[in-house]
Amino acid sequence: MKKALVAVLAVTFLWACSSDPVKEESKADVEERSASKPGAAPDGSASTPVKPQSITPVTVGLKPEAAVPNILRDPKNILSKRSIFYDYDSDAIKDEYRPMMQAHAKYLADNPNARLLVQGNTDERGGREYNLALGQRRAEVVKRLLVLLGGREPQIESVSLGEEKPRCEANTEDCHGQNRRSDMLHSGEF
Amino acid sequence: MKKFARIALLALLALASAAHAQLSIEITGGGANQIPVAVLQFAGEDQLPASITDIIEADLQRSGRFRLQYSGGVGVPPTEASQVNFTEWRNRSTDAMVIGAVQRLQDGRFEVRFRLLDVPRQSQLLGLGFTMTAAQLRLTGHKIADAIYEKLTGERGVFSTRIAYVVRQSGRFELRIADADGQNAQAALASREPIISPSWSPDGTRLAYVSFENKKAVVYQHSLATGQRQVVANFRGSNSAPSWSPDGRQLAVVLSRDGGSQLYLINADGTNVRRLTQNRSIDTEPVFTPDGQSIYFTSDRGGSPQIYRMAVNGGDAQRITFEGSYNVSPRVSADGKTLVYVSRNGSNFQLASLDLSSRQVQILTDTQRDESPSFAPNGRMILYATDIGGRGVLAAVSVDGRVRHRLSVQAADVREPAWGPFVGN
Repeated sequence: MKKALVAVLAVTFLWACSSDPVKEESKADVEERSASKPGAAPDGSASTPVKPQSITPVTVGLKPEAAVPNILRDPKNILSKRSIFYDYDSDAIKDEYRPMMQAHAKYLADNPNARLLVQGNTDERGGREYNLALGQRRAEVVKRLLVLLGGREPQIESVSLGEEKPRCEANTEDCHGQNRRSDMLHSGEF
Repeated sequence: MKKFARIALLALLALASAAHAQLSIEITGGGANQIPVAVLQFAGEDQLPASITDIIEADLQRSGRFRLQYSGGVGVPPTEASQVNFTEWRNRSTDAMVIGAVQRLQDGRFEVRFRLLDVPRQSQLLGLGFTMTAAQLRLTGHKIADAIYEKLTGERGVFSTRIAYVVRQSGRFELRIADADGQNAQAALASREPIISPSWSPDGTRLAYVSFENKKAVVYQHSLATGQRQVVANFRGSNSAPSWSPDGRQLAVVLSRDGGSQLYLINADGTNVRRLTQNRSIDTEPVFTPDGQSIYFTSDRGGSPQIYRMAVNGGDAQRITFEGSYNVSPRVSADGKTLVYVSRNGSNFQLASLDLSSRQVQILTDTQRDESPSFAPNGRMILYATDIGGRGVLAAVSVDGRVRHRLSVQAADVREPAWGPFVGN
């Protein structure tokens, strides 16, 4: 096939160089890219069959969520609080989040089989992959603090959603502030 | 002169058929070098579900390299050079013209034959034939436009290549594959969670991308024809920013499995993980140079995100961008001579190009929230995502910044474009 194409290009190059005025042309000088094509054209010559570009679509779904202990969902319990919000371009955890993080770290220490997923997020400004890395940095700081406070390292995975899962979609500073956050998900929630 | 070219173009667009209606092209300063071309209606093309000459015209137009001439008022369209009134076309200042014919074959397929004529010399530059099904109308039109483009410019055309992009619509994400003009889109993957960073394998059969379907970033590779998917990287932490090596055997990726976001190489089947960078900064968005010997990437090791280059086996990195405090998302042209990236200017994010030998930097766009640039395989145009009126759209700009247009993708929110490679016929 490649050879045929090279031959074809060579022929067209010759045509390009020729400056003879057109006299009588026959259909025969329409160039043929494939010599052995089935299905004859009206004038008996062949033309290039166009190859199909098929695509098989795939749909992926979410796994159903498993049961989560009530203590983690009770709005009166501090463990129901899961989010840490950040200043612009910062991964520093403000003091106000310390009691909440202590509670989650204690829960992990008390429940050795419990697992926690920390998801770091950013606002929408800037590149998606760079934001993914910034969100990762936020999540890793959260994980380090949880380990310092008593959680065990293998219980905690820190990941990033970058700018991909905004809580708020307007292009305002208030919205950006809601999106610069880390969320903690317990076993059964991820 | 520039103004005149624009008015002429607008007039031309006004004359163009409904198929062009969604297209908005802005050409600045490129007019003087445009080749005047007339594409005459192909005899018998009314048997097709849509006009193939409209597709060819729109392709040539979008490239910014041609001035398409009004081709009506010729009566019965000629199918042979001998039927062409060359004097009339020379008086219309036409340099090149395209004539052709469509015939239905007995098996229901169509044969499309065309000739590209040199008007001043009254000679044929090219004559080709294609057999196609009605469903291959657009692809065939793109192939004809490619042949014309190559003959007249000396460079390969990209009209028959494909693009990938991600659409977010009513809480769903779709990875779609479309023609280079954004038409003829088909979903390759649908998910309730985000999909980012699609990257074409060098042979154009597979895409690598990041999917969040498991509530974290996992790198997959996906064979388009079969729909078969394979996990490339699903380590603890985030797995992202896949980029194929030119030989298609391995990918550069970003993993956080050892802490921080760092560069790694990994075989396409997920084996043989090798760490490339070892530091406490963010290293991300690796891309191979065309020779496969080096990697450009984004790093904040100097305090702000900038673009660096390092050997493919790791080692010292050399800083590449110096202007501005935020330069991300590097992409290298196929000839390795130009780097494009996203640069922050004030509160705007715009595409910039860097000539790697002269070090000249040029801002290419006038949009404000540019992301994810992607070179056409011939290096002429750059596809990117931007935001217009709060909606994600795809746009393209020529590497010299002179030709700009938006792609007509019918979807609520479009992002993450990736221009596919050349594929052989």
